[in-house]
Amino acid sequence: MNVAAKRMQPSERKDMQGLLLTAYGGLPEASFLLLSIRDRAAAAAWLAAAPITCGDIRDASKVLQLALTAAGMRALGVPEAIIAGFSAEFVAGMAEEDGRSRRLGDLEANAPARWRWGYRSVPHVLAALYAEKGGLAAWRQRIADDRFAAGFEIIDELPTSDMGPKEPFGFTDGISQPRLDWDHGPRDAAALAEYGNLIAAGEFVLGYRNEYGFYTDRPVLDAGLPGAAGLPAAEDAAAKRDLGRNGTYLVFRELHQDVRAFWRFFSSLPGDGRAVAEACIGRRIDGTPLVPTTGSIRGIAAKAVAVNGFTYEGDPSGLACPIGAHVRRANPRTGDMPGGRQTWLGRFIRTLGLGPADLQQDLVAASRFHRILRRGREFGSYLPREEAVKPEAPDPRAGLHFICLNANIARQFEFVQNAWLASAKFAGLSGESDPVIGNRLPDPAGEATDAFTMPQPNGIARRVAAIPQFVTVAGGAYFFLPGVSALRFLAACGSAG
Amino acid sequence: MTPQSNFMVVAPILPGREEDLRDVLAAMNLSPGVANPANAIFPFARFETLHVARFVILTDETLADRPPADRFDDAPVYLAFLGDSDGDADQLLQRFAETAGEGLRRVFSHCAGFDAKTNLLPWVRAHSVTPAAQYVNWVGRTVSRIREEAALHSALRGYLARLESANGGETPARIRDRLVRLWQHEGPKLSAEAPTPPAWRIRRLANFIGVSIAILLLIPVIVIGAPFFLWALRRRELTDPVIVPRPTEDHIKALSSIEDRAVTNQFSAFGNVKPGRFRLWTLLVIFQLLDFSTRQFFTRGRLARVGTIHFARWVFLDDKRRLFFASNYDGSLDSYMDDFINKVAFGLNLVFSNGIGFPSTNFLLFGGAQRELEFKYYLRRHQIPTQVWYKAYPELTAADLARNSMIRAGLEDRLTTDAEARQWLALI
Repeated sequence: MNVAAKRMQPSERKDMQGLLLTAYGGLPEASFLLLSIRDRAAAAAWLAAAPITCGDIRDASKVLQLALTAAGMRALGVPEAIIAGFSAEFVAGMAEEDGRSRRLGDLEANAPARWRWGYRSVPHVLAALYAEKGGLAAWRQRIADDRFAAGFEIIDELPTSDMGPKEPFGFTDGISQPRLDWDHGPRDAAALAEYGNLIAAGEFVLGYRNEYGFYTDRPVLDAGLPGAAGLPAAEDAAAKRDLGRNGTYLVFRELHQDVRAFWRFFSSLPGDGRAVAEACIGRRIDGTPLVPTTGSIRGIAAKAVAVNGFTYEGDPSGLACPIGAHVRRANPRTGDMPGGRQTWLGRFIRTLGLGPADLQQDLVAASRFHRILRRGREFGSYLPREEAVKPEAPDPRAGLHFICLNANIARQFEFVQNAWLASAKFAGLSGESDPVIGNRLPDPAGEATDAFTMPQPNGIARRVAAIPQFVTVAGGAYFFLPGVSALRFLAACGSAG
Repeated sequence: MTPQSNFMVVAPILPGREEDLRDVLAAMNLSPGVANPANAIFPFARFETLHVARFVILTDETLADRPPADRFDDAPVYLAFLGDSDGDADQLLQRFAETAGEGLRRVFSHCAGFDAKTNLLPWVRAHSVTPAAQYVNWVGRTVSRIREEAALHSALRGYLARLESANGGETPARIRDRLVRLWQHEGPKLSAEAPTPPAWRIRRLANFIGVSIAILLLIPVIVIGAPFFLWALRRRELTDPVIVPRPTEDHIKALSSIEDRAVTNQFSAFGNVKPGRFRLWTLLVIFQLLDFSTRQFFTRGRLARVGTIHFARWVFLDDKRRLFFASNYDGSLDSYMDDFINKVAFGLNLVFSNGIGFPSTNFLLFGGAQRELEFKYYLRRHQIPTQVWYKAYPELTAADLARNSMIRAGLEDRLTTDAEARQWLALI
């Protein structure tokens, strides 16, 4: 049926932008330029020669990565028939449909109409610049040269700041990432009943097999099309060329975090406010998990067990880590089948739904289909918790440029955002959406969503009510982060026109 | 216990009247696709036994998928009015005619064979269609019970908040006692269950015995016939055309614009049964088994592993040439499809692989829905917009309903140990 995916070849690494393989953690300075194409031919000429860093370079001191929106491809003159090969969500965009905004929670304060960018003014190109300490200004100057300026107008420039491993609220972030399985062979259903962190490369890189054993949407072109000969072969379509291969969809959201409101709210609660904040996040401030680590999980290295070697199976009622906690929502760490590994008879009975009535546990299953690679960067100044609660504390204007990479925006980013984070009914809860990023709006039937439940050993759950909105969306877009040969192909579309 | 029942009225729309009808239906809505419970044309909320209901225009964009030898170009466009309610469906139809006769007349006047002189109730009865199979999330849980249990949950939550601030350090059993006393003192009343109609019990028992005996008697036939069946099936599975183009942007927009306006969504889909007796008979047997399983086993909160469906039904139309599917599910369509693929792909395959264009299956159970994107395209392309949709308890998911029922059960049961009391308290 399909050509088996082989171990990643060095040539594939060379064809990828490095962001797929690394977050460039060693390069603390970064800036995101949102570009509009001013002159198609000049933009195409610049893109064709742009000094992007590929996945085979591990020690770059300055890095450029490029991604395009569907609008950007149109502006570049990429034929509509090719653009139509990308996934429907990518073509439609993050902000253009009310239905999508409802699902993502982008309403009222988060509504696209209030965004700084991404609605109506959709950027064409994202240029992500990374540099070592002190090197960004010079790197930016070198990138934004005259040839660049002939092709592009910079519509916005999103600076970042280096908060080390922390995000603006002060929590250690970016701990859990899926590990890519380039060797995606036949899967063992019994093992998949349990949570694993080793995920098929095709969940994050287009043109490779995903967790279902298939390929997600991206344009697959006739080899005879001008320029297509330079593209990699499509694994799933004989004699076709794959414009998506070694590329991915990049989701970008500018999230403003109200650090003062966050810590003022939690310190106003009776008792240990910091502990409640930690329960809301689902990890301690230093990143330690709230549930005991159990070790040995597929795809979690021995050295990461202390921070990532856990699931919530031993904590079904959320006593250790509340069910609605941010990290538990973002990745519930469930396997395909409740109760984990079973004999074939056990699997059969459970598949028919005739097993024990663990209804609530089975509401959220098969996390492996909903993982994302996180590549975000913080911005603003860092305001420590002790400072944030003081009345004279300045507004640090901080937040996260949330960036994630995934091969199926609908099933990965949008699903996690909608069904797990924004949902007031996640895993059988009611009346509470994500305690950190929720928009706090009552659901359409008028039910509140701004509470947070912390189960207690005596059975009385502590219910924190009326949590204010801490995180506001201020912009966003869906981009295509192309492989190197795909970028050259797209640039050629521009110069051909 | 008062078991639920369902109704469905189907009639062809008169040529040229469809746009008018759409306007009338839209006038019932509060927001696109979502009914105003008290609208003047059909005031859904006045029928307090009604769980869910919808008006849907059965357009079929996939007629061209039929093979040239079996075209059905003159297939009518229908209006369907369907719903699920407590107690006898015919009595409810009578109440519709009495209470909302004028509005229904206005709606049905767009249909063939209905004019100013038509007697509504006999016409509605004559146009009623029985489903080939149906599913009820929780057999016997009435709308009024759902409301009472929801009120109980919120009352107990309130008591608990009061107690939480008043005192700590008490044992769960003591706390539970206090809650029970508070409820007895000031809580919402919980009505006793009505007696189960004997006729329903007998029908259910007869179904159990009848189908069981039929299966037992047919075992020799099944054993002998299986190789032939599998051979014939496999031959078709390998050659049946798969028709899974991406749905158009406009189609997706039309569907998406009426979705996610509440925690529960409606789903209506329409498609063509593969031609020939083999697929039809296979489908008839599968529906028998499906109906049997939803009557006898899947009566308490889930259909196989899926616990998010409130009501669903499968209905043959046009002399079994076409199949209509309707359901009411919690969450967004993406999570619904996710459940379909990851939890019950086999069930989807059993039924829908007998529909024209379905992604290729292996031995009726495997493949098919597990071919993720092909299946999602198939499902989306066959889905049709539901013009008017009503749910009596828009804020409650099936998981909410199950939890509330467990809370009630725990209130009425004698829970003596701390562990039991703790579990019960945690539900609140």
